[in-house]
Amino acid sequence: MKYLIIVSLFVSSLCFSQGNNLKSQKVSFNVKGVCEMCKDRIENGTLKLKGVKYVKWDIISNNISLIYNSKKIKLDDIHKEISLLGHSTDKYTAPTEIYNNLPDCCLYETLSIH
Amino acid sequence: MNKILFLITFFLVSNLLSQELISGKVTYINESNIESNLEGVSVYWEDLSYGATSNVNGNYSIPFSASSNKLIFKFIGFKEDIVEIGDNKKYNHLMVVDNSQLDEVVVNKRKKTIQKSYFKTQNIINVSSDELLKAACCNISESFETNPSIDVSYSNAVTGVKQVKMLGLESPYLLITEENIPMIRGASQVYGLSFIPGTWVESMQITKGSGSVVNGFESISGQINVELKKPYSDNPLSVNVYSSNMGRNEINIHGNKKFNDKLSSGIYLHVNKNSSINDNNNDGFLDQPTSKAFNLFNRWQYINPEKGTVSFLGVRYMKDDKVIGENTKDMAFIRAPWKGGINTSRFDSNFKFGYVNTSIPYQSLGLQMAFSKHDQNSFFGSRNYNINQNSFYSNIIYNSIIGNTLNKIKLGLNYSYDDFDELVDVKNNFFTRIDKSIGGFFEYSYDSMDAISLVAGIRYDIHNNLGSFFTPRFHMRYQPYEKSVIRLSLGSGRKASNIFSENQNIFATGREIKINNNLGKFYGLDPEKAFNYGISLRQGFFINNREGDITFDYYVTDFDNQVIVDWETQGELSFYNLNGKSFSKSLQIDLEYQILDNVLFKSTFKNYDVKKQYNSGFKQNPLTPKNRFFTNIEASTDENENGSKWKFDFTYNWIGNQRLPSHTSLIDFKGSSPSYSLVNSQITRVFSNKFEIYIGGENIGGYTQKNPVLGGYPFGTDFDTSLIYAPIHGALFYVGLRFNN
Repeated sequence: MKYLIIVSLFVSSLCFSQGNNLKSQKVSFNVKGVCEMCKDRIENGTLKLKGVKYVKWDIISNNISLIYNSKKIKLDDIHKEISLLGHSTDKYTAPTEIYNNLPDCCLYETLSIH
Repeated sequence: MNKILFLITFFLVSNLLSQELISGKVTYINESNIESNLEGVSVYWEDLSYGATSNVNGNYSIPFSASSNKLIFKFIGFKEDIVEIGDNKKYNHLMVVDNSQLDEVVVNKRKKTIQKSYFKTQNIINVSSDELLKAACCNISESFETNPSIDVSYSNAVTGVKQVKMLGLESPYLLITEENIPMIRGASQVYGLSFIPGTWVESMQITKGSGSVVNGFESISGQINVELKKPYSDNPLSVNVYSSNMGRNEINIHGNKKFNDKLSSGIYLHVNKNSSINDNNNDGFLDQPTSKAFNLFNRWQYINPEKGTVSFLGVRYMKDDKVIGENTKDMAFIRAPWKGGINTSRFDSNFKFGYVNTSIPYQSLGLQMAFSKHDQNSFFGSRNYNINQNSFYSNIIYNSIIGNTLNKIKLGLNYSYDDFDELVDVKNNFFTRIDKSIGGFFEYSYDSMDAISLVAGIRYDIHNNLGSFFTPRFHMRYQPYEKSVIRLSLGSGRKASNIFSENQNIFATGREIKINNNLGKFYGLDPEKAFNYGISLRQGFFINNREGDITFDYYVTDFDNQVIVDWETQGELSFYNLNGKSFSKSLQIDLEYQILDNVLFKSTFKNYDVKKQYNSGFKQNPLTPKNRFFTNIEASTDENENGSKWKFDFTYNWIGNQRLPSHTSLIDFKGSSPSYSLVNSQITRVFSNKFEIYIGGENIGGYTQKNPVLGGYPFGTDFDTSLIYAPIHGALFYVGLRFNN
């Protein structure tokens, strides 16, 4: 029946997206940054990585929480890629030349001296 | 096509005017109580478009943001400040040392009452409650008078009801929802908007063109969503009192209570009464009905952030009684007077539940259920019209992502049930109908701050009377430059035409009502179906260091099938299905400019081309102005420390010629009404954040239609109160107060 098509479509896509969650890993670690601009850079940059599903970076704690698909990307690679955005993580320090090109308000090393 | 090319060219040229800087100095009070420069402060727009750091001298400078007027100042050891920047090119900021005893310093410059977003994919205009205050009376249909996207006009000379139109089409072609539950439909189509008191409204979202698939297949020219006040965030007590020289008195009282940090409840009461007899045009008929109404709403809100749940429960009852017709008080009648009455009662209840998965924050589930019972008993002269509608609506929406949070999906189900019982004084005068539908929808959106975003949705509905069908909707936004946005939209919509309840102005006439039955499911007629597509271009600019923008909207609605309401023959009114072409093309050009710090200027030109195939030929829609012009100026004085200020608002409307259906009493007009102007104005004295008094006038010039009631003898076939092109009553003045605690 027609009604069944609608309901089964709905239920099966629910199951599909729930099943997807099983492969999802949730982690959080430290990423250095100062301002809302950093937040934008970190979140957008990380979200562009294949396998990363969800990112949230907190300014005050410098804590990033993310959900990613462990079959598509390794945690170590996420750390590395974030450091290449100019923001040092627990595992990788940002290369100096990339760091130096950050917008003024994102220079966490110099700003934290204050 | 030439029109569009012209618009695009203009759009690109005007882009050259953008890109301006805001600059200033950041200071703080040092230990020796001297104001000193502060170095190293992060200054950035809330939308993160630009940011900078203050230098040794405390100076900063950054480009203006396209989408944000909130500038954030942040520095370790100091309070974070968010400042709303109006049009100032210079802004100096004093930082306050972070000390928990000090209150957070939030400087509010000015906030626009109508906001158009650069980032939303759909063409949505948000109307805040401040904008609603500009038209103090009384309900939301009247509040659109200061809003150029929606046209408000009287639908007839006796009921005092105002009708709203968007893109040249009447309100039945709009989907009007209350907190995303379809609300003003079926039996409540004509009077429904006037049953929502303006003070209950928190904000409104007006979507031009076909909206999202989530709320159903019914929207054709646009959607209006009304968000009501929420007990958790509304003031504990608010009182609004209103009185006009036409004898209308109104009281609104809101009380809200938070029982704990999770549970809160609010009671909203609205009462209005109009007992004075007004017949300023001396046609023997009341210009406005005498009426009394009350409306009571109790809602409960439960939020639990730890578990990620929020729910609402609401119950509402309203009753509205109107007496219309001839003024029997001062006249001696040698015949029975033409009188009428419209008595409506309505019960509503709704339940909403939302759940956000706190460990997977991009997944959420929403459930909505609403039940309503609407009863209208009315008579117009010797005609009766009664309608009862019981309605149940429910939907369930699941939100998630594909891949990452830039790609969002919504999917869900709707179920709706409506049963109608109508008594109409035409042949076969009892109509009963049950509409049942179940639908599934899927919407994908690509949502980023980048240049392109889109929303694509499709739904499939199975309806007992409309059949089974797909409804596709597509929206796209392209932002080639910071202050330039192009939006496209495309979609289809369908609806069952409730011909009597949507066209109640047919009853206050002597016309013989005819239905050209072609064995359709709705009064013998087939349902309506239309495609809507449009383009919107918006360009922001800075002239003289002040912000402004210009918007071009061009939308087309093409009807595949329509129920034609034919007023063309005197003494007759016919309903029949479209046989030929019917379209509505609307062009709207908006200009908005901050003239001075406290003065905002808005101006709009609209051109409508609404034509359809009548049995008597292909004609322009009657009583629809081809051209309209609108100007609004709002101004305020600077706010004093205690929050006191003056606010001024001025609206000018010019309404162009309208085609009039032929009627012997209108023969002098030669088929077209004269153009005219309307002026509304309001002055508000704000004494403090808690108390204000307002005074205002509507139609201050007092322009009225000379002969709104046509055809001498009110029980004859030539009698007509519905060929209305201008206001019925003259200048209206009002005074009122607002108290918030």
